[in-house]
Amino acid sequence: MTLTTQHFIALLPLIITSATAVLVMLSTAVRRNHWWNATLTVVGLNLALISVYFVTKVTPIEVTPLLVVDGYACFYMAMVLIATLGCATLAHAYMEGYTGNREELYLLLILAAAGGLVLACSRHLASLFIGLELLSVPMFAMAAYTFRDKRSLEAGTKYLVLSALASALLLFGMALLYAQAGSLSFAAIGHQAAANISSPLVLVGIGLMLTGLGFKLSVAPFHLWTPDVYEGAPAPVGAFLATTSKVAVFAVLLRFLAEAPGAHDGVLRDILAVIAALSILIGNLLAVSQTNLKRLLGYSSVAHFGYVLVAVVSGVDISVEAVGAYLLTYLVTTMGAFGVVALMSSPYRGHDADAIVHYRGLFWKRPMLTAVLTAMLLSLAGIPVTAGFIGKFYIVAAGVDADLWWLLGIVVVGSAIGLYYYLRVAVTLFLTEPGMRRYDAPFHWGQRAGGVMVLVMTALMFLLGIYPQPLLTLIQSAGIASL
Amino acid sequence: MILPWLILIPFIGGLLCWQGERLGLGVPRWIALITMLIVFALSIMLWVQGDFSLAAAAVDGAPRWQSEFQLPWIDRFGISFHLAMDGLSLLMIVLTGLLGVMAVACSWREIQRHVGFFHLNLLWNLGGVIGVFLAVDMFLFFFFWEMMLVPMYFLIALWGHNAPDGKGRIYAATKFFLFTQASGLLLLLAILGLVVVHYRATGVLSFDYEVLRGTTMTPFVEYALMLGFFVAFAVKMPVVPVHSWLPDAHSQAPTAGSVDLAGILLKTAAYGMLRFALPLFPNASQEFAPIAMWLGVLGIVYGALLAFVQTDIKRLVAYTSISHMGFVLIGIYSGTTLALQGVVVQMLAHGISAGALFILCGELYERLHTRDLREMGGLWTRLAFLPPISLFFALASLGLPGMGNFVGEFLIMLGTFKVAPVVTVVAASGMIFAAVYSLILMQRAFYGPVKVEGRLEDLSGRELTLMLSLIVILLFLGLYPQVVLDTSAAAMAGVQHYYSLVVPDHLNAAL
Repeated sequence: MTLTTQHFIALLPLIITSATAVLVMLSTAVRRNHWWNATLTVVGLNLALISVYFVTKVTPIEVTPLLVVDGYACFYMAMVLIATLGCATLAHAYMEGYTGNREELYLLLILAAAGGLVLACSRHLASLFIGLELLSVPMFAMAAYTFRDKRSLEAGTKYLVLSALASALLLFGMALLYAQAGSLSFAAIGHQAAANISSPLVLVGIGLMLTGLGFKLSVAPFHLWTPDVYEGAPAPVGAFLATTSKVAVFAVLLRFLAEAPGAHDGVLRDILAVIAALSILIGNLLAVSQTNLKRLLGYSSVAHFGYVLVAVVSGVDISVEAVGAYLLTYLVTTMGAFGVVALMSSPYRGHDADAIVHYRGLFWKRPMLTAVLTAMLLSLAGIPVTAGFIGKFYIVAAGVDADLWWLLGIVVVGSAIGLYYYLRVAVTLFLTEPGMRRYDAPFHWGQRAGGVMVLVMTALMFLLGIYPQPLLTLIQSAGIASL
Repeated sequence: MILPWLILIPFIGGLLCWQGERLGLGVPRWIALITMLIVFALSIMLWVQGDFSLAAAAVDGAPRWQSEFQLPWIDRFGISFHLAMDGLSLLMIVLTGLLGVMAVACSWREIQRHVGFFHLNLLWNLGGVIGVFLAVDMFLFFFFWEMMLVPMYFLIALWGHNAPDGKGRIYAATKFFLFTQASGLLLLLAILGLVVVHYRATGVLSFDYEVLRGTTMTPFVEYALMLGFFVAFAVKMPVVPVHSWLPDAHSQAPTAGSVDLAGILLKTAAYGMLRFALPLFPNASQEFAPIAMWLGVLGIVYGALLAFVQTDIKRLVAYTSISHMGFVLIGIYSGTTLALQGVVVQMLAHGISAGALFILCGELYERLHTRDLREMGGLWTRLAFLPPISLFFALASLGLPGMGNFVGEFLIMLGTFKVAPVVTVVAASGMIFAAVYSLILMQRAFYGPVKVEGRLEDLSGRELTLMLSLIVILLFLGLYPQVVLDTSAAAMAGVQHYYSLVVPDHLNAAL
């Protein structure tokens, strides 16, 4: 096929992001300057984000059989870019205190974002795999970036080994599907799967793919790496892991299931339902006993992706919309929560402020920052007025529409457990007994880039919770186009 | 336009309190007091201006709103910011305003830590409660229903007491929050279920109460959805098998929290049943009524018996609340106009008398630094005002004629006797138990040998004013309840109308 201007416009976010990666690499090679490289990164990502607006003028459009750029892709590309930008701003304050080479983190961040962009547009197993690896490989390095800290190194290694295993399973699954369908495009596989749903090749193939993607999404029972990696990785990287990477992988999973409708019937639907139920229960139950905030957020993300899967399993008209709404609220909230952790740990001093006891009584010293964290925890718990409630409302609405009462029962149980541990953390922030004041946010945290980002996320979180209609309209328009 | 302001004023006042602390510790108290006085005055103004006469009730039982406010909100789901007020909501808001003033005034001396943030939580909680009483969009109702709990959680968890033998205030606050939130999720499921059923039947996606009322559904679906509503309200009320959060929450909460909890929060549950559970699911409610009434009887007897054996004075009062709310539950499900009117009076009277008793408990605690009845005694001779005032409210609680509680309980029994005589007879034993626990409370705390040495300060002018105004209101409610009855008549006639639509064949048979 010939590529026209239209096609290039559709690829603008990806092109700009990749160009930024090259620029940052060259500029690091010329002269190491932390501020300059961080700025370059942020400007590049912002340009890419702005370009998404122009992309929406040409959608939907198919760019080679590998990629399709539609409203859905634009929505997820924007989310990936916003989350990456958030991580970049957090990283700047955080890396100020790091004594090693700081600039490469931005390079890795941009590369991973490019992978996320590819995933958002992918409708072909080849682009799925390329995107996934482009997203994952930089993250090994990012997780182990502060490698002199034993836990960070451990996190990186653990993620590397398990992620490689997941990729291998994914590849094997793809190979089996290819053997059956003779094609790698989602639509063709879906067609074949629908025709031969009982064929062992299809079943095992899709099962292995789900396993592979489940690893990346850390849904139970593939969640074992999550808490360790979340705990060990530097806080801004943890934020990236929890937001960008998961949102992008979920975007491609949903498109795969939606475009390959055969993949989402009968026994596979049941398997997804069981995965959702397990994730909700295991994630929430294991989070209860955590004393480390990063680990707690890790387990809570397991549970949250269980909730999202409920919408996928329900397979009703509003499922895609519900997933979009939930992921948006999750992204905003998680970014805010990790943002506070990163701000508290900035600048880097060899160990992050991640034990809950570090936050004890913080409110009486840093009221605004604590108010932000409290609001984020309440949003994760799905209390009205916060964004999390709108997300949960969507999930429950999708479940009710599909009459999935047993799964909704599990959602209720999971949410009740969730409330318990979110509140436990929230109330710790307000206790007055003198805590371990080893960590504190920089004094003018609100005027720094990371602080501004966290405040913007908070505002967005309340906007979503109180007046969600404009964003819901946006999400509604971000449907999967059938080309 | 006045309805949204009723909700907004407490929220704005709360923010001002929080920031006002910078100017001095007294500032948040005054801001909070003025805020609640404005809310109270506005509600009284609405009462005086409104026309709540019975003639206003429409023939088909649809409530005629005295005042209404609607804004588009989330069009995607047919959700609007829809507030409306009839006689029932108005009375509840007047009660909220009154007890809000009391709650602020009674924490004047008790709360010394983080005064601004305390009042922020108190006012936001009250604002949420007013929202519950005004919302007629199911989504909006749920929004406020869940939202009001968060500030309450913080009130208990941060300013509560650690009772010596209790499990601590954070335990109590968490238990309260888990019970109410988890049951709230069932409510959300039921609301969404109702909306989906309505959508499938008519193709109209709406959360509006008036649209959803009269949705046709199969008996099974109606019963299931009704149970979802009932469980959420029953936990909040609380009905006996799901009541265990209440004594813990009360015994650890600060005085203002207890006043708020017993006086207002429990009433949101009864209000929810009257406004939503019954009119939305009349057939299922009718069918469920015998079970609900027996649960009410269980609550009356169980609450009274447990109140009798308590040694912690606040736990004692908490269990009496369970007992009194049992009468409310019976009255609601008996479905006669007389009993429903009694429910309204009982809610107001119990709100005031339980609130007053909790304020008195707080005052005792401030003086004796204990809430253990075994360590009290002989206070009658040592204090001039506090014991007789306690006696007054204890007598109110046992239903002495002349006080509002008597009117409420009497009307409930009278109205229920026609439809469920057995229930009424057993429930009447609660009146005797009430006399027992109220008098034992007086006996242990105020008579007998003196146990506490040292000089005791009597009630201050502020505390006396509080108590006297509550006494006057309670007496007025007991001696001339007609004002209240006139106001709520139309709303209660509406609720009764839904009951009369159902052929009550199995009701008597089941009893």
